[in-house]
Amino acid sequence: MADRLHLEIVTPSRRVVEAEVDEVRLPGALGEMGVLPGHIPLLTSLAAGPLTYFAGSQVTRYAVRGGFAEVLPDRVTVLAAVAEAPADIDLDAARGRLQAAQEKLKSATAEDLDELTTEVRLAETEIEVAGGGAH
Amino acid sequence: MPSTRDLTRRIRSVKGTQQITKAMKMVAAAKLRRAQTAVTNARPFADTLSKVLASVASRTEESHPLLERRDCAKTWLVVVTSDKGLCGSFNANLLRQVGRDLRAGRWSNVEVVAIGRKGSDFFRRREWTIVHQERDTMNKVSPADGPRLGGMFMKAFIDGRVDEVWLAYNKFVSVIRQQITLEQLLPIEPPEADTDATETTTDYLYEPDAAGLLAELLPRYVETQVQRVLYDSAAAEQAARMTSMEAATKNAGEMIDALTMLYNRTRQAAITKELIEIVSGAQALGD
Repeated sequence: MADRLHLEIVTPSRRVVEAEVDEVRLPGALGEMGVLPGHIPLLTSLAAGPLTYFAGSQVTRYAVRGGFAEVLPDRVTVLAAVAEAPADIDLDAARGRLQAAQEKLKSATAEDLDELTTEVRLAETEIEVAGGGAH
Repeated sequence: MPSTRDLTRRIRSVKGTQQITKAMKMVAAAKLRRAQTAVTNARPFADTLSKVLASVASRTEESHPLLERRDCAKTWLVVVTSDKGLCGSFNANLLRQVGRDLRAGRWSNVEVVAIGRKGSDFFRRREWTIVHQERDTMNKVSPADGPRLGGMFMKAFIDGRVDEVWLAYNKFVSVIRQQITLEQLLPIEPPEADTDATETTTDYLYEPDAAGLLAELLPRYVETQVQRVLYDSAAAEQAARMTSMEAATKNAGEMIDALTMLYNRTRQAAITKELIEIVSGAQALGD
């Protein structure tokens, strides 16, 4: 059995991450899940949220939104619409978007609700991942 | 015989043209590199998505509106051309092929979606209806264009306004070769599972479930397909422009050589003629 996972994160415009890691935590559609080497094959859709992976003592986080993850015993492939590293996140912009989305949420109709909640969650995740602390 | 002054003027003008074509070739080469990077960067996502979709589609009986095959009453033909000209036979070849297919009655009731100014100009002057046209997309393809156009096609398809969507475009094969390609976008033909690869035979656990996954995978797949086609066509366009501008530069060089030769000969003839005149004049005086 493989003792490490080959992690790949790809977005429509490029391959964001390709690394050997020990553990991956994914924001699955049905809640957060941790993947260790030897996981049974799984396909899941992803919610907006933080993706964390551990390589040795190193912990790396990304903010991802919308996509899928393919999990195999020795490999995890994440297809995300958006995947941002902490360094790429503009904290102020994220805060601004969070506020705007929360404002809109107060007067949202049923059909906008999904999109707005995703927007709120993504903004929150970005702030969290970028180390913006409490909001 | 043209005068030497006319010749120098023509040589100068051809040299000017050559400089322009040379500059255009350089610009196209730089843009081609960028377009090729976009194609390469988009590939891992598209490949993985096809693989995952093939795996899900082959293992589930679930249906989805985007997979539904209907009696083909109305077809949209999406023709991807360039916004700018001066790229050799890039647009002409594609439009000729498409025009031939349309006239041959390949689709019974067809409307055209023209992406790119050249295609839209072409269809405006002809008998086919244009349902939608984009005249400023191909100059700078953005990653948002695929989802935007894909979303439009999917909406029309699900609303029943159209029963089939086809894509006609120039596929980027290599710098010197573009291939005219006609593909069906909707309803989706799930990609064939690669039977050799071991992972496609894996039985996955689906989360939330196969139907839910399929419902998310399919729209993304359509968007990715459209995006890929746009990137491909943009790269092919720059490649075609580069090749044709290189040929133009070469032709201009040949023309300059020929004109210079003619210029020298004319000049020499004029000198000889003057000499003869002087000599015969002197002789006439001496006699």
